[in-house]
Amino acid sequence: MIANYGYKDGSGDYFIAIDTDRCDGCGACVPMCPSSVFMVMDEDPNDPMREEPVAVVADDQRKKIKYACAQCKPGGDRPPLPCVAACPVDAITHSW
Amino acid sequence: MAEEYWRWTESRWTNPDIDWKKGDIITGGVDVGSVSSQAVVFVDGELYCYGNTRTGSNSPDSAHKAMGLAMEDTGMSLTDLQYTVGTGYGRVNVPFGTRAITEIACHARGANFMYGPTVKTVLDMGGQDCKAIHCDPRGKVTNFLMNDKCAAGTGRGMEVFADLLQVPITQIGELSLQVEKEPPPVSSTCVVFAKSEASSLLREGWPKEKVIAAYCSAMAHRVVTLLERIGVEEDFAITGGIAKNVGVVGRIEKELGITALKPKIDTQIAGAVGAALFGDALVKKERKKG
Ligand code: SF4
Ligand code: SF4
Repeated sequence: MIANYGYKDGSGDYFIAIDTDRCDGCGACVPMCPSSVFMVMDEDPNDPMREEPVAVVADDQRKKIKYACAQCKPGGDRPPLPCVAACPVDAITHSW
Repeated sequence: MAEEYWRWTESRWTNPDIDWKKGDIITGGVDVGSVSSQAVVFVDGELYCYGNTRTGSNSPDSAHKAMGLAMEDTGMSLTDLQYTVGTGYGRVNVPFGTRAITEIACHARGANFMYGPTVKTVLDMGGQDCKAIHCDPRGKVTNFLMNDKCAAGTGRGMEVFADLLQVPITQIGELSLQVEKEPPPVSSTCVVFAKSEASSLLREGWPKEKVIAAYCSAMAHRVVTLLERIGVEEDFAITGGIAKNVGVVGRIEKELGITALKPKIDTQIAGAVGAALFGDALVKKERKKG
């Protein structure tokens, strides 16, 4: 499943997508993120019949994701995002 | 007392073809939303009864009220439910709930039951948020997007609007179609801005139906842009309270160039239906484990 967390507002689309078919809940993304955007759940909240751990975007971050990620996204040349770089299976993508 | 234009009628239904006392697996689903709460009971995988109510001041009471309405005159009581799943915004506060499952999962599963396995895209227009979901033929979510921020395109926004224009909420959709020429959409669907924009259009002398049309059209456009992020694959179904508003649904269909499947039962109960079906599946799973 592709789980898109975030929102769209007048200034653009701000979504972090997690591919839950790739993510195995290893947790590598969690400590790398300076804004504590990710959390690993024991099972996928959107797929209750599957009992595998998976990463989600924390509830309290979803409404402010544009601001939470601003520190990793300077204008001009963008360094690799720590979360994306940390994920061994390329499960994380950002829409902006 | 002033008339409450936003108020929609609460409803309930019992399936006359089912004798629940002969049932093997009986499960409940409760969807406590910010605006409305629904409860359903499934008997061996079939819909037995439902109740659809306005959410009260707290989630536990709303859950009881909805299930009480669903079970009215059925002779059933809470103890007859073997497994109950809570969903919606108040899902963890369903006092008789066995467990909670997200709305995303429940709406996909519920739409799959209500509209059939050909449904690939579900748009849920609920009280407080809007979700676009892709699912497989078994109702399992394959892609989803939830707009976590804004009440635009939601039931609550429509209620505020009905009150402002003093038009009963059930008539908004029809009325919005009574314009000769489609007016430009209001520029914002944000509840607060749309309200002041609509007020000023009324002051300028726009007839009500034209203001309503402009608002429905803005709401439709707003959710279409959201849907476009994940794409729309047919069959397409709309769940939630706004699915009953022909003014919004018609405009969404027009903008997408796609017709939504026509609902056979109350579109507001999709989440609760999915919840009860997960209950059914979880009972079976436990039995298998022994
Ligand atoms: S971009 Fe930075 S702040 Fe945003 S999720 Fe990734 S690591 Fe966290
Ligand atoms: S690093 Fe990648 S695989 Fe590991 S939990 Fe995070 S998203 Fe999932």
